[in-house]
Amino acid sequence: MHQSTLAQLSTALESNQINSEELTRLYLERCKQFNESLNCFITINEELALAQANAADKLRAAGNASPLTGIPIAQKDIFCTKGIKTSCGSKMLDNFIAPYDATVIEKMNAAGIVNIGKTNMDEFAMGSSNETSFYGAVKNPWDQDTVPGGSSGGSASAVAARLSPAATGTDTGGSIRQPASLCGITGLKPTYGRVSRYGMIAFASSLDQGGPMTQTAEDAALMMNVIAGFDERDSTSAEHPVDDYTTKLNDSIDGLKIGLPKEYFGEGLDSNIAKCVEDGIKELEKLGATCKEIELPNTELSIPAYYVVAPAECSSNLSRFDGVRFGHRCEDPKDLSDLYCRSRGEGFGKEVKRRIMIGAYVLSAGYYDAYYLKAQQIRHLIRDDFQNALKDVDVIAGPTATGTAFKLNEMIDDPISMYLSDLYTVSVNLAGLPAISVPAGFVNNLPVGMQLIGNYFEESRLLNIAHQFQQATDHHKAIPGGFE
Amino acid sequence: MSLDKTEVQKIAWLARLSIDEQDISTYSDELSNILGLVESMNSVDTNGISPIAHPLDLTARLRSDAITEINQREQFQKNAPLTDAGCYLVPKVIE
Repeated sequence: MHQSTLAQLSTALESNQINSEELTRLYLERCKQFNESLNCFITINEELALAQANAADKLRAAGNASPLTGIPIAQKDIFCTKGIKTSCGSKMLDNFIAPYDATVIEKMNAAGIVNIGKTNMDEFAMGSSNETSFYGAVKNPWDQDTVPGGSSGGSASAVAARLSPAATGTDTGGSIRQPASLCGITGLKPTYGRVSRYGMIAFASSLDQGGPMTQTAEDAALMMNVIAGFDERDSTSAEHPVDDYTTKLNDSIDGLKIGLPKEYFGEGLDSNIAKCVEDGIKELEKLGATCKEIELPNTELSIPAYYVVAPAECSSNLSRFDGVRFGHRCEDPKDLSDLYCRSRGEGFGKEVKRRIMIGAYVLSAGYYDAYYLKAQQIRHLIRDDFQNALKDVDVIAGPTATGTAFKLNEMIDDPISMYLSDLYTVSVNLAGLPAISVPAGFVNNLPVGMQLIGNYFEESRLLNIAHQFQQATDHHKAIPGGFE
Repeated sequence: MSLDKTEVQKIAWLARLSIDEQDISTYSDELSNILGLVESMNSVDTNGISPIAHPLDLTARLRSDAITEINQREQFQKNAPLTDAGCYLVPKVIE
């Protein structure tokens, strides 16, 4: 049963092969059995999950179930969950019990989805390896000496090891897609504004976007049907009609025009990864797609622009952690400044401090134009690059990450190398576009992801292409050894 | 751009972050490296390009001026480190 997708579990529940309580107990057992080694959960919600499962069973018996009612799904610990610790991977929020639900959680609760646990993550979603978490590194189930990627590393690891059939993630510079790629699962970053940010602890508000991390594109569509939509409590929520993301999954992709950015296949890409992605693209061609080379000339500038915009917004957002209203407070502050400085100094980890300081610096008097304004201008160029490319092609395809999962501790003391590994993902956030990572094969037994980037609000098309790809390939069905 | 120790201390103060004396030189190196990476932005001429703060051209939505939130002070203050009579307590600011 634990090898099933959301779609399969939905059918099993619908046909009474299993009920939600049995299913939830099965996954709780797996979580408890494997969390010690993988460390993908910060909190396992046993009591809540069983209560929700019972409620879901009643809902189903009364004929009021929706497709995902009664299915356990893990939530990244960045989403506020009422009455449950919401740590964001930080010592700062180690004692924080969220007083309200994020919109994503509220929608999942309303659909009768079981919240099985809160997944580990890089502290405040700042990292690409999950090693910056206050709760320790997460292991990649494909090779436990390697990282699962980040920042949604706990979610990716949990889904890959089938401790949860699906999970939520958030993506500010690749934090859904890169761990999906490194763990061999499917991860969709929706268009900026498509999924509400309300109750999702803010890192960089103009880039942050929540989305599904699943085994298949079909499952991602089922989750999007629950979590997407306008929310008046999110000031940048998109007032754009919401699709039924499942209706187009089976459409033919014959005639689809795919753009292959030459900047994505150049220097810096491991040749074995290039081969996997090229094979994936050939599969799409067999299904009737045609390819052409395109240019995204400002791709290289996306990393520097991102590492101005994201830290600037982070330094502003994280100023709310003051040791006064919630979160960590230092012992015996001698005055107010001491209270602020020590509470923040003790509560934040190294990477978060680095980013806050970079942000404070680039926003400080005299430097604003040289850094923040310049980065915003480059952001304009990057958005135009994509819009020009998407005039000629329907979607853009390429690798998700520059490599496969790297060793634990390999890059932790080298922030620059870690930042550069986000090359193919950050520009998508700067432009606000939707993109999906799908499993495209293996290099040395480690998963490789292929990324598909679409135009604004074209999640349905991305899910359609990814689903057609998954009908023709088996990479997404592989389960790591020891977790079958 | 390279940041010396005094600049690191100044930034840490602006950000209200206490950092250990022995970590300052590491921060100085790391932050200088990051700024070095960031400065590759200067390789492109952006004269005349308008800056965008946001990927989609959204304008801020307005709502009617109506009370929608209820008072949940007690619940919110459960997470506060130190409160008294509904107020948040901080060290004395005015002598």
